[in-house]
Amino acid sequence: MAAEKKKKGRTPEESSIDPAAQEMLVRAEELGLETAFSRADNMKPCPIGAKGQCCKICFMGPCRLTKDGMTGVCGATIETITARNFARAVAAGAASHSDHGRDVAFTLLATGKGEAQGYQIRDPGKLRRLAEELGVSTADRTNEEIAVDVAEICIAQFGQQKGELAMAQRAPETRKEIWRKLGLMPRGIDREVVDILHRTHMGDDQDAEHILDAALRAGLSDGWGGSMIATDLSDILFGTPSPILGEVNLGVLKDDEVNIIVHGHEPTLSQMILVACSEPDLLKYAEEKGAKGINLAGICCTSNETLVRQGVASAGNFLHQELAIITGAVDAMVVDVQCIMQALPQLAKNFHTEVITTSPKVKITDATHMEFDEHSAFDIAKQIVRKAIDNFPNRGKVQIPDVKSDVVPGFSHEYINYMLGGTYRGSFRPLNDAIMSGRIRGVVADVGCNNPRMQQDFQHDYLVRELLKQDVLVVQTGCGAIASGKYGFLLGEALELAGPGLREICEATGMPPVLHMGSCVDNSRILTVLTQVVEEGGLGEDISEVPAVGIAPEWMSEKALAIASYCAASGAYVILGITDPIEASNTVTEIMSKGWEERVGGKIEFVIEEEEMLRRILEHIDKKRAALGLPEYDPTKFGQSGDKRMNELLELKPEERAEALYGQPASD
Amino acid sequence: MSRYIATHAIRGANAIVQEAEELLERTLKEKGPDTAVAFPNTAYYLPFILGMTGTEISKIGELPPILEHAKKLLSPVPTDSRWLPYLGETLDCGMATLFAEEIIMALKFVTGEQPEKLPGLQLAGSTSFTSPDNGGGPNGNGYLNGPIDDIQLRSWGIQLVDGRMPGFAAIVGAAKSNEVAVKIVRELQRRSILTFLIGSSNGKSIIHQLMEEGVELGYDTFTVPFGTDTESAIYPLGFATRSALTFGGMKGGQAKEILRYNKERVFAFVLALGEVDDLKYATAAGAINFGFPVIADTVIPEILPTGVTTYEHVISMPFNEIEGADDLERAEKLVQKCIEIRGVKVTIAEVPVPVPYGSAFEGEVVRRADMRVEFGGKNSRAVEYLFMDEMDNVDDGKIELIGPDFEDVEEGGAIDLGILVKVAGRKMEKDFEPVLERQIHYFINGASGIQHIGQRDIAWIRISKGATEKGFNLKHFGDILHTRFHSDFGSIVDKVEVTIITDPDMHAEWLEKARAAFNERNVRMGAMTDESVDEFYSCTLCQSFAPDHLCVISPERLGLCGAYNWLDCKASKQINPTGPNQPIKKGTEIDAEKGYFQGVNEFVQVASHGAVQEVSMYSIMENPMTACGCFECIAMVIPEANGIMIVSREDSSMTPAGMTFSTLAGVAGGGLQTPGVMGHGKFYISSGKFILPDGGLKRVVWMSSILKEQMAEQLKAIAEREGEPDLLDKIADETICTDVEGVVKHVTEKNHPALSMPPLM
Repeated sequence: MAAEKKKKGRTPEESSIDPAAQEMLVRAEELGLETAFSRADNMKPCPIGAKGQCCKICFMGPCRLTKDGMTGVCGATIETITARNFARAVAAGAASHSDHGRDVAFTLLATGKGEAQGYQIRDPGKLRRLAEELGVSTADRTNEEIAVDVAEICIAQFGQQKGELAMAQRAPETRKEIWRKLGLMPRGIDREVVDILHRTHMGDDQDAEHILDAALRAGLSDGWGGSMIATDLSDILFGTPSPILGEVNLGVLKDDEVNIIVHGHEPTLSQMILVACSEPDLLKYAEEKGAKGINLAGICCTSNETLVRQGVASAGNFLHQELAIITGAVDAMVVDVQCIMQALPQLAKNFHTEVITTSPKVKITDATHMEFDEHSAFDIAKQIVRKAIDNFPNRGKVQIPDVKSDVVPGFSHEYINYMLGGTYRGSFRPLNDAIMSGRIRGVVADVGCNNPRMQQDFQHDYLVRELLKQDVLVVQTGCGAIASGKYGFLLGEALELAGPGLREICEATGMPPVLHMGSCVDNSRILTVLTQVVEEGGLGEDISEVPAVGIAPEWMSEKALAIASYCAASGAYVILGITDPIEASNTVTEIMSKGWEERVGGKIEFVIEEEEMLRRILEHIDKKRAALGLPEYDPTKFGQSGDKRMNELLELKPEERAEALYGQPASD
Repeated sequence: MSRYIATHAIRGANAIVQEAEELLERTLKEKGPDTAVAFPNTAYYLPFILGMTGTEISKIGELPPILEHAKKLLSPVPTDSRWLPYLGETLDCGMATLFAEEIIMALKFVTGEQPEKLPGLQLAGSTSFTSPDNGGGPNGNGYLNGPIDDIQLRSWGIQLVDGRMPGFAAIVGAAKSNEVAVKIVRELQRRSILTFLIGSSNGKSIIHQLMEEGVELGYDTFTVPFGTDTESAIYPLGFATRSALTFGGMKGGQAKEILRYNKERVFAFVLALGEVDDLKYATAAGAINFGFPVIADTVIPEILPTGVTTYEHVISMPFNEIEGADDLERAEKLVQKCIEIRGVKVTIAEVPVPVPYGSAFEGEVVRRADMRVEFGGKNSRAVEYLFMDEMDNVDDGKIELIGPDFEDVEEGGAIDLGILVKVAGRKMEKDFEPVLERQIHYFINGASGIQHIGQRDIAWIRISKGATEKGFNLKHFGDILHTRFHSDFGSIVDKVEVTIITDPDMHAEWLEKARAAFNERNVRMGAMTDESVDEFYSCTLCQSFAPDHLCVISPERLGLCGAYNWLDCKASKQINPTGPNQPIKKGTEIDAEKGYFQGVNEFVQVASHGAVQEVSMYSIMENPMTACGCFECIAMVIPEANGIMIVSREDSSMTPAGMTFSTLAGVAGGGLQTPGVMGHGKFYISSGKFILPDGGLKRVVWMSSILKEQMAEQLKAIAEREGEPDLLDKIADETICTDVEGVVKHVTEKNHPALSMPPLM
């Protein structure tokens, strides 16, 4: 049976382009272990569900609408069913991001009240800016007092019933007018999620466009609500990211140290574990157990949170969660919320790894549960680290791939603003100028997950590589960003991979051509960047006019659809890969592409082929450039900047150099 | 930045900040924290520090927090691999460098090491009034310029806004050869670009090069030698900071606004000559914060993307690679490129004369020893007269010399001269004759080696030996006038004919005709009152610098800069129908004495962008007219004496207001209405509408002596008309007193009429 499975499956090389993953997949085969890769090989996606043809909303069904003109038992058309399925996924995604934001808000509240053990306000400047924005008075008040008010206003955003979300006010005026006119302005974060669950219940909203409008609004309540709260309050509590040198991939695990992996999405616990890892008594305890130290690494977006802020190494993206355990070197894998495979505890049984669930919302059968509570966060963090240390002597055979890459992540919009002008002249002007001149052809946000139905990282790598050649600036978050880290895109040196115009910008600023902006809730940072680009001037009056595209080529989670929806509702063209969950309905496909483009300026399309995705990206960017009256992209005009000639001059002998300083000596 | 530049700039910044720290520690120890520290003749303390931080430094002991701030802006140099972004960091290091440089220069003022000594240097012309206490005395013998003072800044104001001075060049280092140095500076002067000279390269400064070649340096020739070290670059950058404070209405501490103001409105660039070292890179990074690009004549890394500057940030034009027949042609192209990169708008007519030509030469002085010949002055009489005629009677381009040229005149001699300009044009009006005639002064002065003073029948012209050697002759005056009238006044003037007269009989005949015309004009001008016209004119020229200010110019109140009267505005409207001078219908007269007009108020509300709601044309006490910053005089109420004082821009002494002109200017400028304080043009004092509702000239209790002297005749006439023939004696000046007590004592002793007038307040 096992032999049969292997025959059907892909080789490690076909499963992932990442050599570390390939090595671990070979190891998994040797040990006869299943992974998401092999399970994906063995489990074809349900063809009816994949296209959105299945309705299991009530129990007169489930109904499978496989032929033209069929309806469900209730008469629901394929349009209604596809739209409802999509909207429900958006609601779940928005709920996940937003609930994450809510937890951070409660942590900030507890911190302000002095009830959150170990936490402090690390970016008081951002706290005060946000307070002013929210109308909280800051004069003669302590950071803690301000934090309490700010947290309470943020928490109230979730339960708000009427009116408009506070942070949605950050959007460009023209954009807000569109939302108001079309009734898309989110009223409260939780309300928009509940609204979708209600209207998609049996016998409610049965007009595809109307259902999808609710999806856009719920999406906005995530992007300009829950996610934005998560990002801003995390920055306040843990620091606003700025570039920092880090490392990525399984090679960051250490065979002689206690390896603790934090996996999931929230920074609250992982930040405490990070502090605990340098506690002298725990370091001493680790030494007593024979370890040379305590090595913290991350996976998935918890990793992104600690990578962009403190440069904590990342062991990899979503599909590395099982592979990390297969190294045999992980003493504890501490998980919080989202994207945690149930397979982990079962897989861990083959090794010594302790899988520890921590969120009150997440228990996994057979995993150890050590519930996290911000009021005693540091104590819990220390207990977890102690548990990992206790587990260190239980290691069996260890095989850590010798594969890791350096990365420079940490591009918050605050830093980008600073990067482009320093303390005194910070602005987005140089970025806008670069786009307007055509040095930067356009901007692509490559975000989202890994999906084992595709060779891991292949499309991320392909698209980023090709886009850079075309002078497209790439910004990333989430697992896509970690993928880029593995292939060297997140380094200043990667300017060599960029086209001549983008290379000039990289050389002028020192930035990598691909900017890692954080975790998947940090897609809210991209919204802020786009808004600031619009406000800086020269690239239109609205986000929809900016030559930019959002892509999620390897997506798998419902959160990706929530992100796609808020990006589209904010005016962006979004392309998702892998599969088309609305394929069953041409009408819904039309509504979400042409229909939305006309009404909200943005749209969502599903494109499986990477070449086609690239073509559409560039076509869209050029279309937007033309609409703005910008010069046609022409890379031959650029590329003169930089150190090259200077470095050649420095190679010369001193006397030759003195002469060549004024240029080549005159021939006469 | 490029990584190379970032590395060097950051290294340079770290070094200079350390140097500043050591010097500060040492000076603090030697002199003590209470030792005063200041640049001369400025109300802006240490201007860069004031602008960027809002801190008013007056004692050494106040400098350590500034140094600490500079240190916080420093960062480590980028690594060779796996580098972090460096642009923001490098720009911050540039700012740290400028803080350090201003600290260093300020401390060197304390120890007497600034302004820098340079034996043999004599600064040109009116540079003398800048810093009489600089140690060098008049003409600054043997001293470099040091910081530009407020007076000079303000007197340049109008030239900056009306395009006569289209930009600034800061030359740092030394040119490839003396010949190239001279050519570069001449090319800049030709375009009237104010040129700052700074620093050295391989031990030689462009200042040395220009001195060796006998180039006259100083304010009047648009060339300011600051110092032979790179640190003196802080002087022009302090000047740039002050331009935003003076004309932009900004306050100290509005760093971002001040820097952006410079990027958007001040057309300056840095031209780095010779090898660029760490400190030059660091200083250039500071200049880039102001939006000033850097052009080098050597191989350095280029930074072509834009954003912090309007166009490219750093350009390398290795001198030998510039295409050109010889070094002189290369120098010309280098300057051309600089202008292009900063987007400096230069509109200069090519004037066909054998000497360099441009506004930069306007202030050039021809000393007796250098003089070949003169016309007017003590020993002869020169007259210039412009008049209009029928289109058919003017032969455009005809330049005729009646009488001999000056080749037979002995060296240093003098002869009579007449310059007659006959113009015709469909839009030409009789009223424009004096407006155009006054331009003769500027046009002729633009030629290098020619000095022009005065006008009408008191004109005085000198031609230098140098200009004569280059082939300059009398007919060239005609070439200059023909070219410039067409280029500058082409929309009024279609034809220009010039006749130069040295023949004694003809001269006598035309002198009579001209005098008759001048008389007629005087009568006509005297009859022209605010009541006699329906329209006043706006002047929003300075809005490029002071966005909310405008002058309302009437026949009896000229612009505060002194450069534009009502007729000038009328002509200007003809030349540029959509330009800064627009007619304002007076509309309903609300209050004749105070000068409130419905139409004026409505116009001002719009043109000041709502900043000013009402303006009184004549009162200082109620809704006075606003000011940009380039006023000739400031009037201010002295309540104790129940009168007002008037201080002239040229008077750097203390005034009874307890402030010098420079400090007062900060109160009067920036487009704000401050009752009791008013900037105005000099000749407004002699107007019948001078502070009419507040009592007119009889209110004046103190006045800079230079005004009393320059305007003696006119003032006397008014005094007599007012029935106070001894009024001028009753008015105190700085030679009598510079405090309120002194004024009160003086006016009481002299029984000044203000004492018996109704209370001002």
